[in-house]
Amino acid sequence: MPSRIRESRGQEMVLTAAVAVVIVLLSLLPMLRLVKEIVAPGGSLSTVAVEAGLRSPATWIATWHTLVVGIGGTLLAVLSGTLVAVLVSLTDIRGRSALVLCYVMPLMIAPQVTALAWLQLFGPASPFLKLFGAAPPLGTKNPLYSTSGIILLLGVQYGPLVFLLVRAGLRKLPRELVEAARAGGANWFTVLVTIVLPLMTPSIMAAAALAFVSCVGNFGIPAFLGIPANYLVLPTLIYQKLAGGGPSVLGETAFLSVLIGIIAMAGILAQEMMSRRRDYRISSTSLPAQPYELGRWRPVVQAGMWLLILLVLVLPLFGLVLTSLVPGYGIALTAKTATLDNYRFVLFEHDAANRAFFNSFWLSIAAAFFAVVVAVPVGYLIAWGKQRWVRLLNLSVELPYALPGVVLAIASLLLFLRPIPLTGIQLYNTVWIILYAYLARFLVLALRPTISGYHQIDRALEEAAQVAGAGLFTRLRTIVFPLVAPAAVAGGLLIFMTALSELTVSALLWSSGSETIGVVMFSFEQGGDSNYAAAMSVITVTVTFVLMLVTNLLAPHLPSGVLPWRD
Amino acid sequence: MARLTLDRVTKSFADFDAVKDVSIDVADGEFLAVLGPSGCGKTTLLRLVAGFEKVTSGEIRIGSDVVSNSGGSVAPEKRRVGIVFQNYALWPHMTVAENIGYSLKVAKLDKAVVRQKVEDALALVNLQGLGERRPANLSGGQRQRVALARCLVAAPSLVLFDEPLANLDVHLRASMENEFAAFHKRTGTTIVYITHDQAEAMALADRIAVMDHGRLAQLATPRELYHEPANEMVASFISQGILLPADVLTGEEGGHCKVRVLGTEIVVRCRPGEHPRAGAKICCRSGDLEVSADATGFDGLVKRAIYQGGAARIEFAPAAGPDLTLHFEQSDPVTLESGTEARLRIKSGWLIPAAVVAS
Repeated sequence: MPSRIRESRGQEMVLTAAVAVVIVLLSLLPMLRLVKEIVAPGGSLSTVAVEAGLRSPATWIATWHTLVVGIGGTLLAVLSGTLVAVLVSLTDIRGRSALVLCYVMPLMIAPQVTALAWLQLFGPASPFLKLFGAAPPLGTKNPLYSTSGIILLLGVQYGPLVFLLVRAGLRKLPRELVEAARAGGANWFTVLVTIVLPLMTPSIMAAAALAFVSCVGNFGIPAFLGIPANYLVLPTLIYQKLAGGGPSVLGETAFLSVLIGIIAMAGILAQEMMSRRRDYRISSTSLPAQPYELGRWRPVVQAGMWLLILLVLVLPLFGLVLTSLVPGYGIALTAKTATLDNYRFVLFEHDAANRAFFNSFWLSIAAAFFAVVVAVPVGYLIAWGKQRWVRLLNLSVELPYALPGVVLAIASLLLFLRPIPLTGIQLYNTVWIILYAYLARFLVLALRPTISGYHQIDRALEEAAQVAGAGLFTRLRTIVFPLVAPAAVAGGLLIFMTALSELTVSALLWSSGSETIGVVMFSFEQGGDSNYAAAMSVITVTVTFVLMLVTNLLAPHLPSGVLPWRD
Repeated sequence: MARLTLDRVTKSFADFDAVKDVSIDVADGEFLAVLGPSGCGKTTLLRLVAGFEKVTSGEIRIGSDVVSNSGGSVAPEKRRVGIVFQNYALWPHMTVAENIGYSLKVAKLDKAVVRQKVEDALALVNLQGLGERRPANLSGGQRQRVALARCLVAAPSLVLFDEPLANLDVHLRASMENEFAAFHKRTGTTIVYITHDQAEAMALADRIAVMDHGRLAQLATPRELYHEPANEMVASFISQGILLPADVLTGEEGGHCKVRVLGTEIVVRCRPGEHPRAGAKICCRSGDLEVSADATGFDGLVKRAIYQGGAARIEFAPAAGPDLTLHFEQSDPVTLESGTEARLRIKSGWLIPAAVVAS
């Protein structure tokens, strides 16, 4: 008997060990390296880096700005996201799935593309405003180059995030709770204020925390809107320091990135504390409440919703497309001036742009593929594993994604600044360091849907294979993988879309030859070539939309909630 | 085919014993039903035998091989047991034939052999020609049969059924019951059949193991369980037996003894070697009660009379023990009405053995 036992546990041990190695390399190692840099730079305990950071007024200004736009953006996102979620979930509004699709779309568009699109809409060179002759004279400051501009766009970008979480919460609201209140004489608005919203507090809090972390860590929007106005937040301050000083300022930026991490964590802790103050648990499950009949207000509300979609999605993208079609800055778009030259330039003529398309595509494919392959066994251990410590794995995989991307980028830089010990392999200044950071950062995007996929599968399916004599690896290959594949692949596609026009991480890690789409877009915009940046944006947005449609084909095989844009 | 031995098996989860000190010996070719209310540990028992759970103490042997003891556990895939799962657990991404042939493919058998065996298995469960279907396109009964064929094809030494009929509708249950019985007769496989349905267990099993709170309450033939329950739990669980307090007046003689119940003296069946004692219990079946036609018996109140077509179910509270409820059937013409007084007589009963002796 002992040998038979050893044989069967062997495969499980191999799997567990392999998963543990991957997690340590991708999640724990960079975080530990970052902490070490703060506590003991150069190997001995020292507070030099921390003191230098604390003494610099730039640190405090950037921290203040970060808090201002973080809180402002969060408030705007929570207000708009919750309002839309309530209207979409609880009323008899029509065209719900189309609304959800359109409202959630900005979430799938990279922040810097959002920023670029809005800038093109309101700037003095705006081809859109020029269509009506309403553009301000050249030289006028773009109104979005301001604190309120940044807050507005953060709100637009992350409103959908709040929407998704609150909507998920509203779906679980049992109709009896609403019906009991109405039977008690409360009108619909009273029910909303006294029953629905209080019960949604945990969802709204969680959404607010997530939006706050996203706002604080956002690089694309403050980079496009803030840097021209010299309004720096922590991520853009780190970017400027690194761009100007190179590796010598790494210690300083490490401190700043930990500062962002702390601010983000403070947001999450605040949410935890607020949610614990009262018991919001909903014990019963039942059908969702009857939608409230808007009656004669329905056309008004619907018009309002579509106006919102027009403002946050259609117009900016329209502006983006217009800009990509004009030959140069400030030129009005007419049938005569319209040109595809910008597309030709970025696709075929500009070397860095060419490289960027190539790099971003293969980086995204590699990250997506790797994540799918890793997510299946990791998800297996987390969802079905018996060991309790495995749940800690889950937490450590979440970490690189929960923390702002800047934090991971700095950690990766620290980790690979010198060649990897023993092998002498140099990742710094190559495209591989970006791949590493993508793998670490995005793994969780594939893991989450995979785990919810596992929770939907009857474990007996695997046990049936086990009693049929199949060992662990055989079961993973023939039974488990085919069953969770749709969820894992959907996660992979989400990763591809996110990584394709990613900027935050690659802005800090790129080097000549390893440019990404986001980086080249950013440098075009900084150099005043908005038309080229717009053309690149339109291309990536188009790719993203096509992929969303392709992913929709998987929808019948997916647990609900895996595809955020599907109602 | 092999015998299955559980030897003082205990399984604890944290501070809770799901299975406690259970010993069962299932003979080669025997059909054993494990019966009990939900939460009694019967599913844990099945998972221990299959190898999905590890024993805390005790030993499980299949044939002469030790497969589980506190030192370790043979993995489920090495045990050669077949399981028919409650919800069939058919793999949705495979055809019926692929489902059935899976274990053969895993064992790397020749493709032609696999095809032949799958055909044979399909024929055995009357599903010829459905091999290329997907499980989603089958009816409940057909799925059940595919599950049966899948576990048969590998010629397991032991087949475990985990409440296989719980998900089927009533009329299908009866026909599947017949099919299981025929299947057992034909193959002679050792079967352990988990269920919470007494009728199912009685109809199918050679012997029934009744479980209660993780312990084995009684292991006996269906007939013995009904007529000679070993303890109060089995007595009341099987066919809603009526438990009545009694004093044993005489020692056992020829399998009978005299007891005093509700103020009347009657003769009941009992185990050999019973002695006079107080505070005993007897078990009566509803068929053991009748309306007394003479002075014998005891008085009481008819609490409820529920007419059920052809007969009425009578709930009766004896005057000597107003908290007790006796239920029995009175066939037409029903004379008892709720709220009226009546006199009943106990025709027969079974003296429940004193505790300690648990089977």
